[in-house]
Amino acid sequence: MIGIAGTLESNDCIITIKDSDKLEITIESIVYDYFKEQIEAVILETLKEYKLDCVSVLCQDKGALDFTIKARLITAIERMK
Amino acid sequence: MRRSLLFIPGNNPSMLQNSDVFEADSIIIDLEDAVNITEKDSARNLVKSYLNTKKKFNSEMIVRINGMDTKYYQDDLNSIVSDQIDAIMLPKASSQNLAKLDEILTEIEGKNHLTKRIKIIPIVELASSLIEVNSIASSKRVDGILLGAEDFTSDMEVYRTKEGKEISYARSAIAVASVANHIEAIDTPFTDVNDFIGLEEDIKNSLQLGMKAKAAIHPNQIEIINRMYAPTPDQIVWAKQIMAALENANKNKLGAFSVNGKMVDKPVIERASKILKKAEIFNID
Repeated sequence: MIGIAGTLESNDCIITIKDSDKLEITIESIVYDYFKEQIEAVILETLKEYKLDCVSVLCQDKGALDFTIKARLITAIERMK
Repeated sequence: MRRSLLFIPGNNPSMLQNSDVFEADSIIIDLEDAVNITEKDSARNLVKSYLNTKKKFNSEMIVRINGMDTKYYQDDLNSIVSDQIDAIMLPKASSQNLAKLDEILTEIEGKNHLTKRIKIIPIVELASSLIEVNSIASSKRVDGILLGAEDFTSDMEVYRTKEGKEISYARSAIAVASVANHIEAIDTPFTDVNDFIGLEEDIKNSLQLGMKAKAAIHPNQIEIINRMYAPTPDQIVWAKQIMAALENANKNKLGAFSVNGKMVDKPVIERASKILKKAEIFNID
């Protein structure tokens, strides 16, 4: 199953999540060098809230703030289910 | 008390996170017309996540939910009703669906232990709603009424014009019902975002009919709306003269008095008092 949410507009991101045999997080961001850890932390915290650990998450980021990353991930999770 | 209410698309992170720089008195986060039908879930989650970023916002926070004739409104309410919002804006409002919304809000407020009572701003956008505008204005939690002219003129099968004759009656009816029920009449947005002269003329028409605030669909309309729905410097000077003369009359135990050759009676004093109250709220000297 796969879930996708978000856009590539400025300050947004597209989150793609699918089932996997292990946890994988891939981040493609226009601010990768500065915010990679921050983005990853938001994704990990949200996955923990939803008790998900065997998923593959791709975040294509265009400068999204934490609240946007979290919201898009939650929507992608809900759509995956 | 409001002058400007700015619509922000609920599925647009950039607009949401910048909403407080636009200096609108109220922000209307839109889950309805500004959100594609395939993205209702996404917008709802984004708005909920955004609202959780702060305990309190500088502007009044209003959320326009999807209509109660859709399958989305209950999820909208369950997601976003919280202490971070001040009001729900209800499309295609009727006294019947306002009563139902009041019940749902009471239930959610209790369940989530809210510390405030969420207000409702109904949108009058059907002929059937306009007929019962007084009932709508006197409904529980209603704090203001927005005229939805695009849907209203569509319902009436007439064309919208910049001159606005076709909505004069609707404006008047909403303004009268609002004043009678001590709530605010909020005018419909002016949809040509590049026509500032047209916007000013539209506001003049709405003010003349008793509208007290206006919704906006673009941030570049806010400055004009804030300026024109606030007391003018001349009005403030006049009001201060009236109140100073009143104070003097009371001190000297005078029953009747005049200012600039004109008799001052109770309606004049009330008008002056309201002007100064507005000036204080909007921080105008």
